[in-house]
Amino acid sequence: MKPGAKLTLLAFAIVFPFLASNEYQVYVMASAFVWAIAVYGLNIITGFCGQLNLAHGGFFAIGAYALGLLTADAGWSFWPAFLAALVVTAVLGFFVGIVSLRLKEHYFAIFTLCVGFIIYLLIDKWEELTHGPIGVRDIAEPYGFGLVDFTETTPFYYLVLAFLVFAIWFMGRLSRSLLGRTFIAIRNGDELAQSLGINLMRNKVLAFVLSTTYAGLAGALYAGMVRFIGPEEANIVHTFDMITYLLVGGIGTITGPLLGTVGIIWITQSLQFLEEYRMIIFGPLLVILVIFFPRGITGSFLTWMHHKAQSLAPGKKRKESKVVTAQTREAENNA
Amino acid sequence: MNLFFQQIINGLTLGSIYGLVALGLTLVYGILHIPNFAHGALYMVGAFMSYFFMVDVGVHYWVAMAGSAAVIAVLGIICERLVFHPLRHSPPIHDKIAAIGILLFLEALVQMFWGSDFRRMSSPFTGIMNFDGLIIPEQRLLIIVGAFVLVFVLQMFLRKTMTGATIIAMAQSREGAFLVGIDANRVAMMTFAISGALAAIAATLYAPINLVYPAMGHLVIMKAFVIIILGGMGSIPGAIVGGMIIGFAEAFGGFYISTAYKDIIAFGLLVLILSIRPQGLFAKGAH
Repeated sequence: MKPGAKLTLLAFAIVFPFLASNEYQVYVMASAFVWAIAVYGLNIITGFCGQLNLAHGGFFAIGAYALGLLTADAGWSFWPAFLAALVVTAVLGFFVGIVSLRLKEHYFAIFTLCVGFIIYLLIDKWEELTHGPIGVRDIAEPYGFGLVDFTETTPFYYLVLAFLVFAIWFMGRLSRSLLGRTFIAIRNGDELAQSLGINLMRNKVLAFVLSTTYAGLAGALYAGMVRFIGPEEANIVHTFDMITYLLVGGIGTITGPLLGTVGIIWITQSLQFLEEYRMIIFGPLLVILVIFFPRGITGSFLTWMHHKAQSLAPGKKRKESKVVTAQTREAENNA
Repeated sequence: MNLFFQQIINGLTLGSIYGLVALGLTLVYGILHIPNFAHGALYMVGAFMSYFFMVDVGVHYWVAMAGSAAVIAVLGIICERLVFHPLRHSPPIHDKIAAIGILLFLEALVQMFWGSDFRRMSSPFTGIMNFDGLIIPEQRLLIIVGAFVLVFVLQMFLRKTMTGATIIAMAQSREGAFLVGIDANRVAMMTFAISGALAAIAATLYAPINLVYPAMGHLVIMKAFVIIILGGMGSIPGAIVGGMIIGFAEAFGGFYISTAYKDIIAFGLLVLILSIRPQGLFAKGAH
């Protein structure tokens, strides 16, 4: 995507609290941004590396519980607990990654599905630690430094926005770096990547840890926002939600996860009757997307732009159109 | 000692159900290489169809079971035709996501019609047999016997009939099967139909001693995956043996260790096994 479009999006996000007609809308947008951060994490491992991680929602819940338990039970204040939550999800991601990433495609997906369920069961059953079904109350608020106070909705919105911008910026840098290209090479095939001299395990685990840290960050922000969490946060449905956001937006793209997450959350929020029938629509939507639009909104839009650019220059020399193709590919990768 | 035998019966019951569900899953995986995450949803819809036939239509348990098996077999065929067939040449991540889509849809659909309440399904086999102090409820006996009969029938079908032979041929070698003129579409539809019917029968057998609710497929499907990894993806005897291992581990683990953590035992086993042998216990080689 062009820098101009990115700046427009950012400008819109900044003025949004002034455009919103009530505080609730700001709250919805803040929560959409929180989920978007987690979806960006899923994009690293699933979009770039091509490994379908079905435990992603579990790591989101671990981030939320780490923050919740450290502040509510251990009495920590928000920001130290926040950093600790990131460390916890990164370390757990490292261990889960080491075991699970040795497995090939289907085994990896099945294994992570089970890991996600283990996380849910542990949160639900390990009452001494997690309070079980009662959940965690009185989670600390993100206090501000000096003048700003993040306990109000609008300042909190900007806090989340700052994290989101950082998350997207970091992912953009990543995709253009050697590391990001290494990840994409892994997506295209283990054997191919290995033949290029890529250390598979090291890079996959690194991608997985990055991805779980994103989830942990989102989870901790979420806990600071809602301030009450229960085992439902680890429900596998959240992982399926995030996969839907990612697919609708455009898997493996930079703006796709944001557009998909914010778009779907707003549509389901504003059409309340959809909330009840959400899955009746999401299910077939996933199926239709993978069959007809496997690249999502952003990906399909870029392909369409690419075709348009080609059809606008039909009489030109073959060589030139090849240049266009190469540039568009580049743009698609960087978009 | 009596309690010990009781756990054996429990293990056999659970193992039979898990084995049947895993059998359908492993057939689809072995023949079409699709890890069908929607299989648990087929199991759940199967239970609801039987409930519907028994309670709303008012037919006998056996008729309900047959009706449900037929409906789910057709549902399996529809999934194959509409979803998995168009995705045959897509990257492997796509059919997994599509399966999740089917799962979400079926669950939401059932929830829309029946709500998310827990329902109790009756069965004509409510008696309790007493073998010299060893107590076996009839329904549990039916589950164990039914599972063994079904596995036997399926084996006979695959080994003795021409249709079964085409299925086996395609499981052994896709290219070879195409070369001798086997209709891949027909085999794919048949596989999904058998897999769905098995799931529906397992659900109908198990529902009277458990409950019927939209999320009932979650745990079962995950255990079925653990089982087919244990038994080697695509292996029929492996699914039965794996089912029994998980069934017994759960019955004894639940009894001697903790009921609260009994569901974690299966997954703990999976983590342990895959950490040591990433290709599964009995796998001849990863597909």
